Amino acid sequence: MVLFIILAISAVAAALGMLFSRNAVHSALFLVLNFAIVAALYLTLNAPFIAMVQITVYAGAIIVLFLFVIMLLGAEQLRGVAGDGGVWQRWLAGGLTAVLLISFASILFQGNAITPASAAGVIDTSPAALGLRLFEAYVFPFEVTGVLLLAAIIGVVVLSISKKRGQQ
Amino acid sequence: MEFVTPTINILIVLPVLLVAGGGALLMLLELFMAEERVKQWAPTLAIIVLALAFLQTIGLWGQTHTTFTPEGSSPMVILDNFATFLNVIFLLTGFFTVLISVNYLPRVGLNRSEYYMLMLFSLSGMMLMGMANDLILVFLALEVLSIPLYILAGLSRPRPESEESAMKYFFLGAFSSAIFVFGIALTYGATGSTALPAVLAGVSNGGALALAGVAMMLVGFGFKVAAAPFHMWTPDVYEGAPTVVTAFMSVGAKVGGFAAMLRVFVSAFGSLGQTWVPAVAVIAAITLIIGNVVAIVQPNIKRMLAYSSIAHAGYILMAVAASVNSPDGVSAALFYMFAYLFTNLGAFAIAIAAERKLGEGVMLDDYKGLAKRSPLLALAMAYFMLSLTGIPPTGGFSGKFFVFRATLEAGLVWLAVVGVITSVVSGYYYLRVVYLMYMYDGEGELHTKPALLTAVALTVLATLVLGLLPGAWYEITKQAALQGLQVLAGG
Amino acid sequence: MTVPVEWYVALSAILFSIGALGVLLRRNAIIIFMSVELMLNAANLLFVAFSRYLGDLDGQVLVFFVITVAAAEVAVGLALIVVIFRTKQSINIDEINLMKG
Repeated sequence: MVLFIILAISAVAAALGMLFSRNAVHSALFLVLNFAIVAALYLTLNAPFIAMVQITVYAGAIIVLFLFVIMLLGAEQLRGVAGDGGVWQRWLAGGLTAVLLISFASILFQGNAITPASAAGVIDTSPAALGLRLFEAYVFPFEVTGVLLLAAIIGVVVLSISKKRGQQ
Repeated sequence: MEFVTPTINILIVLPVLLVAGGGALLMLLELFMAEERVKQWAPTLAIIVLALAFLQTIGLWGQTHTTFTPEGSSPMVILDNFATFLNVIFLLTGFFTVLISVNYLPRVGLNRSEYYMLMLFSLSGMMLMGMANDLILVFLALEVLSIPLYILAGLSRPRPESEESAMKYFFLGAFSSAIFVFGIALTYGATGSTALPAVLAGVSNGGALALAGVAMMLVGFGFKVAAAPFHMWTPDVYEGAPTVVTAFMSVGAKVGGFAAMLRVFVSAFGSLGQTWVPAVAVIAAITLIIGNVVAIVQPNIKRMLAYSSIAHAGYILMAVAASVNSPDGVSAALFYMFAYLFTNLGAFAIAIAAERKLGEGVMLDDYKGLAKRSPLLALAMAYFMLSLTGIPPTGGFSGKFFVFRATLEAGLVWLAVVGVITSVVSGYYYLRVVYLMYMYDGEGELHTKPALLTAVALTVLATLVLGLLPGAWYEITKQAALQGLQVLAGG
Repeated sequence: MTVPVEWYVALSAILFSIGALGVLLRRNAIIIFMSVELMLNAANLLFVAFSRYLGDLDGQVLVFFVITVAAAEVAVGLALIVVIFRTKQSINIDEINLMKG
């Protein structure tokens, strides 16, 4: 319980840090911190493999890509704090977020919102069990992700190669 | 632990595999053939792939199959008349898009074989939207549909409008995907599964958590089909993207969104109908009003058609709102989308013929005197405008008739009134195009090649047939709707 | 297991809201994009928490798909950002506004 509260508070703090950082690099680093804390939460939730994937894919690959692009563009200092949008945007965002949070709070305090109130028994979440489930029940979505990644790769190539190829 | 192979019937997903495989094949061809030759052959290959998939799809009409069924749980993919009918819509969309692209792309210097690859990948995602029987597959199909479209919107880079279009589309798409997947997570928590039959069984006891999930998924779909107030991206994206891409996404992405929305909301969330139907009805009304009113002041044909497509999303949403309480709702939506496919692609085909260069000749003023320059094309455009307004005898009129009837049957009289009034308003901006074409003189060249003329002729013919013989076609959509709903209820 | 699942839902909702705020408030395209990642991450946390409390492995499998989609989106999104920066020398989305809404 104490562990959860500490992790939760630091996760929220890291997220807020990302939101309000003036410097894009700092934002990216706060995001890494947030991902790492969420990985720790996965460990408390009996999901060790997901926690590892979270660290390697998110913190390891995705954020490095972000940092790389930030450095490449020299965009660290581009436009600072939150709220440099228009005033109405600030009000809109604040209002929407308030609605969202209030509705979630009402869900939580309504009681019996979540059907299985008691925690179920601990299940096998080893990589082997996950792999079997992935290839038994989710083999088709798994194949679809193949098409998705292929489309993304082709897309990035289309966006990156020089214009000359496009001309006849 | 023992690996149990799921039951797989590959024949069912063959149309999707053909389409996605066609895209991959094109990519491989680039390795072995000279680039110029691949470019020459790419449209032909795309047509062949689409035709094969079409034959396979037609052969499956009237049958119901499931596939990728793991031991002891529900199937991942389902193919019923509902999915087959939608697949026909998507394949026809792809076919017409190839026809209007084949001469346009070289003319504006965008002839790249990647265009056809990405289009085929996107089509495979659309087809899966109607076949998915699991929320996570809906999500993946949505991404397979969208990611190629983000790239296609930016195809004419470094033209700034096109880049901006891709950027806006991407950010709002990614934002809506995140909302959508959060909705899936909430639904999973409320029902204990993402498989649609299990969601159907659990959603009515899901409490507030399920309602929050449904609401977030509604917002996600709202972004995809460009319903107000989630439509802000549409005009800019449609204007900036190359016109053939605009044509493709104005039909494909929209119908794809509605395909999954009908399956998920009407079937799986049907028992929560009293909660989401009023919300969808209000969204439909706002969409109709914003789309039709703002379209009036647009000087650019692509922006005008963008707002018009928002308005048409409103009419389809009317049918979605009617689907729970009226047996005709789903079939009306299917019929409307079928008619919209031909009418909208036909109108875009003519906009492409009139586009002199990339982004030139797209203002409404450029249509002045079109009747003198090309009487037949002007006649076709006038016919499409009548169909979009909903004046008989056109497919657009039949579609609106069925939608309004379903809305009245479902007891949403106020919504039907909004629909009729906004249709009258829409007459102003559609018929203004006709007025400009016939009452003014103007200069401008037209690019009419056989492929494009074929597309125009076929779409005019289809719109006419749907206008004159709506009954027979409505029976088909009715079969599609009935069978689609029954299967899922049976699990 | 003393932490009720509601707490995880609350944490996830807060992270999701912060992400949504970032998308709506910030003008820097890269930060907006990071906020979207934060929203996806919140959804993953929800999947894993429910997976634990329902005693159902599927929730963890679903996380893989969300991560894959996130990776594909990152690739495309960052490529777009680089391309647009080359033409406009800016990734402030207010300055990227040729057309009127």
